[in-house]
Amino acid sequence: MTDTPIENIRNFAIIAHIDHGKSTLADRLIETTGALSAREMHAQVLDSMDIERERGITIKAQTVRLSYLAKDGKTYELNLMDTPGHVDFAYEVSRSLAACEGSLLVVDASQGVEAQTLANVYHALEAGHEIVPVLNKIDLPAAEPEQVRAQIEEVIGLDASEAVMISAKTGLNIEGVLEALVTRLPAPTGDGAAPLKALLVDSWYDAYLGVVILVRVKDGRLKRGQKIRMMATGAAHVVEQVGVFSPRMIPTDDLGPGEIGFLTAAIKTVADCKVGDTLTDDRNPATEPLPGFKPSVPVVWCGLYPVDADDFEKLRDSLAKLRLNDASFHYEAETSAALGFGYRCGFLGLLHLEIIQERLTREFALDLIATAPSVVYRVHRTNGAMEEVHNPADMPDGSVIDHIEEPWIKATILVPDEHLGAILTLCNDRRGQQVDLTYVGNRAMAVYRLPLNEVVFDFYDRLKSVSRGYASFDYQMDGYADSDLVKISILVNGDPVDALSFIAHRSAAESRGRAICGRLKDLIPRQLFRIAVQAAIGGRVIARETISALAKDVTAKCYGGDITRKRKLLEKQKEGKKRMRQFGKVEIPQSAFLAALKMDA
Amino acid sequence: MEPLALYIHWPFCLAKCPYCDFNSHVREGGVDEGRFTAALVREMAFEAGRVGRRPLGSIFFGGGTPSLLSPAAVGRLIGEATRRFDPVAGIEITLEANPTSVEAGRLAGFRAAGVNRLSLGVQSLDDAALAFLGRRHSAAEARSALATARTIFPRVSFDLIYARPGQSEAAWRAELAQALAFGPDHLSLYQLTIEPGTGFAARAARGELRLPEAEAQAALYQATGEAAAAFGLRPYEVSNYARAGAESRHNLAYWRYADYAGIGPGAHGRLTRGGETRAVRRVRAPEAWAARVEAEGGAIAEESALSPAERGREMLLMGLRLAEGVEEARFSARTGITLEAALEADVLAIALAQGYLERAGGVLRALPEGRLRLDSLLAALLV
Ligand SMILES: Nc1nc2c(ncn2[C@@H]2O[C@H](COP(=O)(O)OP(=O)(O)O)[C@@H](O)[C@H]2O)c(=O)[nH]1
Ligand SMILES: C[S@@+](CC[C@H](N)C(=O)[O-])C[C@H]1O[C@@H](n2cnc3c(N)ncnc32)[C@H](O)[C@@H]1O
Ligand code: SF4
Repeated sequence: MTDTPIENIRNFAIIAHIDHGKSTLADRLIETTGALSAREMHAQVLDSMDIERERGITIKAQTVRLSYLAKDGKTYELNLMDTPGHVDFAYEVSRSLAACEGSLLVVDASQGVEAQTLANVYHALEAGHEIVPVLNKIDLPAAEPEQVRAQIEEVIGLDASEAVMISAKTGLNIEGVLEALVTRLPAPTGDGAAPLKALLVDSWYDAYLGVVILVRVKDGRLKRGQKIRMMATGAAHVVEQVGVFSPRMIPTDDLGPGEIGFLTAAIKTVADCKVGDTLTDDRNPATEPLPGFKPSVPVVWCGLYPVDADDFEKLRDSLAKLRLNDASFHYEAETSAALGFGYRCGFLGLLHLEIIQERLTREFALDLIATAPSVVYRVHRTNGAMEEVHNPADMPDGSVIDHIEEPWIKATILVPDEHLGAILTLCNDRRGQQVDLTYVGNRAMAVYRLPLNEVVFDFYDRLKSVSRGYASFDYQMDGYADSDLVKISILVNGDPVDALSFIAHRSAAESRGRAICGRLKDLIPRQLFRIAVQAAIGGRVIARETISALAKDVTAKCYGGDITRKRKLLEKQKEGKKRMRQFGKVEIPQSAFLAALKMDA
Repeated sequence: MEPLALYIHWPFCLAKCPYCDFNSHVREGGVDEGRFTAALVREMAFEAGRVGRRPLGSIFFGGGTPSLLSPAAVGRLIGEATRRFDPVAGIEITLEANPTSVEAGRLAGFRAAGVNRLSLGVQSLDDAALAFLGRRHSAAEARSALATARTIFPRVSFDLIYARPGQSEAAWRAELAQALAFGPDHLSLYQLTIEPGTGFAARAARGELRLPEAEAQAALYQATGEAAAAFGLRPYEVSNYARAGAESRHNLAYWRYADYAGIGPGAHGRLTRGGETRAVRRVRAPEAWAARVEAEGGAIAEESALSPAERGREMLLMGLRLAEGVEEARFSARTGITLEAALEADVLAIALAQGYLERAGGVLRALPEGRLRLDSLLAALLV
């Protein structure tokens, strides 16, 4: 329980394009309000995981309560809600924003509006936020605050006349930000006497406390000892602790309307805590849950296999550990004729996939082979049944398919004019449909509809390389549409290698088939026999390459005495061979799987 | 009973060649020929006692450098062998000789002692290459040794080492043409191999020596076959070329997986008695070997019965080196298993389909494309 009256509470998020200064500003706010002493401050408190820090993105939403004595003489409780910084976590972002009444829109005054700036603003507007534009980095000589101010008005349509000009780095005008929060954002509203309604914003696993849930109380009170119910899952738990973050966890007796804090309740896994769920009092439940709940559904899947088959158990345990803290990622056991035992894993997006893969390799020291990422197709059979397929291996035979739908995205790309041509070519090559093309200052803004399947391969990498790193990109899911898709099998000496099969649009099938065969030709070392690498649709071969046999390998001299030695050498070789992954007597190195899947050369 | 092949090892050389990993040793203070010859004689008696009387098809003096032996010693050993066993008519008796002038002087003596086939270690007909190979003789000495040998012995073969670092196909063709111009009816043409533990291996590890790439080696091998064929020499084994009937009978015994006895330091044998084939290896260090022989009559370091599967592998890894291949009936008789049981069926199928192997008339043989990759093929093919 805090003593602050509800009208003195401000709940806010900071939204920004990557590197525009969100974390630096958060640090400054924490420091200025004295939530942490300077000694305790270590830069960028909020981003705690290594990978987050390295990539400068926030994966788990976190929060901090700040106490601020404003110019009006009153003390305000400012709850800063950190939001995941990437669109893969769009739903999580929307729930974090739903827990606040307003946002600080931080724009780098030397860069201007970028793709993520826009995407985040739209999320905030959908959440009904009051948005305070903040122009950061005005200490930089290259800063053009007036131009950026005009850009915000022109592109986003926000009134930026009272944008707060700051330098988060030097600490210039942090007071201005705090005052704007107090004077320009609305206080939360809520009925303390009504049945409890609290939004489940996020949850994570803490080694000491078990699962910790981040909540925003809308109505009623959340108390220690109270039996609460999660309205979507129906599960009930007794609250063990409630408290706030300052940013350390500080226990309180309860949390009232408008407040943001945490609870623990002997919950075993975060998978039991659905982001967006509504917590209510089990004995005095609310009739309606809060709006907007949506179970998180993976949109990109890939197979993960241990390079060393003996690591399968380790992989299983590592996935379980990751899942403890990230319920948005899914996994199920699968077997591949080519790769053995592994897991089919589902992710919220590509970045999510990359992060999980990286954490498995880095934190759990696993050597993995990942199969081509696949989106979720809706396959309609001729008998009227529909099934979702995210593994090319599960694609039914063409004869029983009536039609297939694939997911689309709407992508927003901002790019300096000189690279626009390359970007448009890239989008068109990927079956993109232009929705809009406008200018934001001297930068072009292209809005495209693209099949997600065209983006999952190496769209980011290509985007970066064709724009020399100057393009910014953001997307949102944009429904399903019928598509002429085919499954392409890769055959090595006539045997299909399941882990290399993929699904593509018919128009791209041949060129992709050729590209992958060509790449495999370079990646598979010459072996005893010449190797035929083919791409096929059904029974029809669309591309083929031949890897010639190794040129020569024979002992020059071999007489009587050598027999024993040669035989033993051979027997040892045979032993070693048994452990290799062979495909119809062809050894495909692990690296070939990864590299072969890259779509463009 | 199939005739026996007898190998006699003389483990000493004047200098150690940097590519050589044979059991050869240099003794600066000289070698006690009397002691070692006596020990060889004794071990031969010992071995004959174990093997029993048998027809003897060939004797081979290998090394090391057996041409450092005196003709008298060679004669004593041949005499001992032909007394202990029953030499077949026309028994082949080969001696390996180095073409230095010292040894060339003894050639007539070796012939008189009973040697009827000389295998001369020419290695190259190019002085720079001979220096690179660390040889103690010049190309001119090699030529004259060869010329002398041809007047003395009914059969002369010589060895060359090619695919040396930097050797072009044209250069090798030219050198080989000179060799063929002597009109030999047998040649051993070996591609240079970097053997572990040799001087060359150390140089290769330091990056100072690099063999030609596999493609170039294959091209050189191809060129070798063509040039030899133009002179009527057939590659009856991977590195051995002969006119029909001029093949080394002794070496054929190895490749056909016939019985052979080996005496002398580090010599190997394969001996069959009562359906069981035993592998025998003798003590390798010359002085330790001699001491053992002096004490016990023979210096066996290891002797073990080979399982049918092991015999199968050995017979195939030798037999597929031969152009004539492996006869299925003989394979089963020698190993106790069928050819099917010894081969991975799927690899066999691909190898037949891709023209690496041929199976016809009860014979399995490696075709040229298969022989070129025999080591990998065997590794995949043998069960
Ligand atoms: N010059 C200058 N640099 C800043 C300012 N604010 C942030 N930065 C720098 O911009 C980079 C990105 O800042 P960060 O807070 O990590 O951005 P985030 O990705 O939005 O969290 C860092 O190198 C900061 O030091 C500022 O006001 N002026
Ligand atoms: C027992 S060795 C040497 C016989 C004799 N001492 C000599 O040097 O002429 C038989 C043959 O094997 C060949 N040889 C030995 N080591 C070799 C290597 N590392 N690479 C290729 N051939 C080799 C040589 O041609 C040699 O003549
Ligand atoms: S190649 Fe011949 S001479 Fe040279 S060390 Fe070997 S055995 Fe002795």
